[in-house]
Amino acid sequence: MNTSTVHPEIPPPADLVDRPNYLNAAYGLKSWLLTRDHKRIGILYMISVTIFFALGSLFALLIRLELLTPEGDLMQPDTYNRVFTMHGVVMVFFFLIPAIPATLGNFLVPLMIGAKDLAFPKLNLASWYVYNLGGIFTLWAIFNGGVDTGWTFYTPFSTNYSNSYVIATALGVFINGFSSIFTGLNFIVTIHRMRAPGMTWFRLPLFIWSHYATSLIIVLGTPVVAITILMVAAERLLHLGIFDPRLGGDPILFQHLFWFYSHPAVYIMILPAMGVISELVAAFSRKRIFGYRFVAFASIAIAVLGFLVWGHHMFVAGQSMYAVTIFSIMSMLVAVPSAVKVFNWTATLYEGSISYETPMLYALGFIGLFTLGGLTGTMIATLGIDVHLHDTYFIVAHFHYIMVGGTIMAYMGGLHYWWPKISGRLYPGFLSRLSALLVFVGFNLTFFPQFILGYLGMPRRYWSYPPEFQVLNVLSTAGASILGVGYILPLFYFAWSLKYGKRAGENPWGAVGLEWDTTSPPPTENFPVIPVVTREPYDYTSEEVHRRTTQEAPVVYQLD
Amino acid sequence: MSEHVTSRAVYFAVFAALLVLTAATVIVANFDLGWANDAVALGIAVTKALLVLWFFMHLRYSTRVTVLTALAGFFWLAILISLTLNDYLTRETLFPYWGK
Amino acid sequence: MSISLTDPQAHGGHDAHPSLQHHFDTLEQQKEASTLGMWLFLVTEIMFFGGLFTTYVVYRSKYSTAFVAASHTLDWKLGAFNTAVLILSSLTMALAIWAAQVNRRKQVVAFLIATMILGLTFLGVKAVEYKDKFEHHHVPGASFEWHEGGHAEAAPAQADFAKHVQLFFSLYFIMTGLHAVHMICGIGVLAFLLMPSWKGRYNSAYHNPLECTGLYWHFVDIVWIFLFPLLYLLGAHAK
Repeated sequence: MNTSTVHPEIPPPADLVDRPNYLNAAYGLKSWLLTRDHKRIGILYMISVTIFFALGSLFALLIRLELLTPEGDLMQPDTYNRVFTMHGVVMVFFFLIPAIPATLGNFLVPLMIGAKDLAFPKLNLASWYVYNLGGIFTLWAIFNGGVDTGWTFYTPFSTNYSNSYVIATALGVFINGFSSIFTGLNFIVTIHRMRAPGMTWFRLPLFIWSHYATSLIIVLGTPVVAITILMVAAERLLHLGIFDPRLGGDPILFQHLFWFYSHPAVYIMILPAMGVISELVAAFSRKRIFGYRFVAFASIAIAVLGFLVWGHHMFVAGQSMYAVTIFSIMSMLVAVPSAVKVFNWTATLYEGSISYETPMLYALGFIGLFTLGGLTGTMIATLGIDVHLHDTYFIVAHFHYIMVGGTIMAYMGGLHYWWPKISGRLYPGFLSRLSALLVFVGFNLTFFPQFILGYLGMPRRYWSYPPEFQVLNVLSTAGASILGVGYILPLFYFAWSLKYGKRAGENPWGAVGLEWDTTSPPPTENFPVIPVVTREPYDYTSEEVHRRTTQEAPVVYQLD
Repeated sequence: MSEHVTSRAVYFAVFAALLVLTAATVIVANFDLGWANDAVALGIAVTKALLVLWFFMHLRYSTRVTVLTALAGFFWLAILISLTLNDYLTRETLFPYWGK
Repeated sequence: MSISLTDPQAHGGHDAHPSLQHHFDTLEQQKEASTLGMWLFLVTEIMFFGGLFTTYVVYRSKYSTAFVAASHTLDWKLGAFNTAVLILSSLTMALAIWAAQVNRRKQVVAFLIATMILGLTFLGVKAVEYKDKFEHHHVPGASFEWHEGGHAEAAPAQADFAKHVQLFFSLYFIMTGLHAVHMICGIGVLAFLLMPSWKGRYNSAYHNPLECTGLYWHFVDIVWIFLFPLLYLLGAHAK
């Protein structure tokens, strides 16, 4: 298998095999299940989110299979309701929200800032266990028949009329929220208090800025959906009519409270992805990110503005015209910092020394697909257009472009970029590039037809449709199968690489960052000696960096 | 380690102030002042909260980041309440600040 | 420009304070980290209760007369007493930390116990109030009955009025119930702190757990400071 990279691979020291690192520091199940090492916890999360991603994909497969034909012939309509609900619940809460922060974030945040671990290692481990506890409740609900309310749990259906496992699923999501909060809290304190000497705020990698902004959203938003879910459970269980119109309650209030979190939640999903992309674009253009401060501040701006737009999910729900106008204007505004980032990445690419390694393929794909998703976002933020497009496949396509074309591409790119650091192994170049291509082609074939379907009026969450929509639906399902292959392949070659992959040196990509200044895999304490930072971020111009990424011997610090 | 130690006298003074403010809020509630009832009640509650935050919770001696964190929490709650009310209070009228 | 590497000094082996965790360099850093962490947790609590306050504000603005009438059935004297109890418990909590700062081990324990007793008093009064509501059939649900009503109104409006009153009581029970759960957790944590306090673990050099528990306790007090006027004092000037 071809495992070459474009940059001259600095051979790892001969005795690397015997060097202590976080993987061989201790063996056995207990050493993993009771670990406090943020790197091991990141891997534990990686396993968990992959399992839930597989489950969510299974539901997606069932959806696409049903939609191959206009009639509802694969399952009952009630079952279809459960399938798309579980797809949404599993993907949003158990995959997209934790994926990048809890796997890559957990692994990299201390490394990138020069710390030994996160501020609260035990809380970090607790976060993983809480995630799995939430997962158990949700899985129990799924295996007993699932929930049919849509992942949005709208009242009064969820509180009064649904005959499904609302409370169990809601409880699973409620518990999972705490896992998210623990992670966000940990990141904020770590980034504020545990940076290495010399690591000022404006020397931080943009990955850190993104995760900081994400953590702000997590801490401020998640509790609101938690209390809202609790109120739904209280209403369903104890008949305390908070949202019940028969008791004078307002179902729209549920939507306000739900979307107050769930809109910022989408920024929880995309901000870490943007952080990954900043790293990838810089590394594979061998150039500092254009407008570093603008990108850093854009992350914070997205986090703040993201809290002011939630009503755009409720344009046709019954709000006042005044309120929807305000929300529409704010939604236009929140697009601006995202656009700033896209422009800055593009400017970074311009006249950069670009190489098309697998992570870069995902990054380039991200920039294009995220832009499309974002532009369609401004379309539906326009009140008049949304009246027609709300609850159609246009919305579905829009958010899948961001979530899958954006977040998942970035997650894959990040996995491929940092895999050598995490595992100490290289993976096959040809197979990984092929997977990236399959993902890109499959994704577009799946979701672009859905823009057209939505525009033509096909509603979402319907298990049957008029026959004239069939061709586009078949294309979409075909695309989904290709996409599936693209996602399954990495499972195989990553697993292969663990045993047969060529061993990675410190810095196989020749990138700039503290995480590349330690061994692959890193030692448990991350750095044998804590670095003192004097270097600006992404400083690819310095002589030392140039020297380190050529055939000369790398800078080696005393390891023993 | 060097750390500010608030004197017991200050704590007792804050305690007394909180009790006085509680009495005040009960007394004022007994008069019908229209919309001012809510304003006064909230104002007193906010004052009590600020006393607890500043003295009992040691915000007085905390880092800027900590103070900002506390402020951010209350500010974000204000966003939730005000933008939600922005819908409810304008349901009846198209132009809430002029005309009907 | 380079990365130079230095020795890890401050975090030394056997000289380190026994409470210093290995990933921190100094006790000061650990204290600042744990304090900031606790404040962030309190921010999540602000937003958690905040959802309930938002619900209250919305319904209060829609059904103000019903809310006033419902609030009138709550005993403001018990509410005021409980407010005073909680404020006193905040004082004793603050004094517990003061005692640690001036190395008075026994006073730490005494003030912690006082705080717990006051907390239990609060819960006892709440239990009395809940029982009273139960007896008056003001607990929302199948057994809810509302006879007091507004003024002489037509029957359908009367039924609506009763619905909105029930809404108030739903909020009353959820908000005070959630608050009580937080009090119970707080008392539980205080109980946990008793043994280490007795053994003298908290002193001028190290008292993070006390500080963090104190922050939590004061926050629960602040929630009540807002709950009291909003729930109990609406109807004070009515009738």
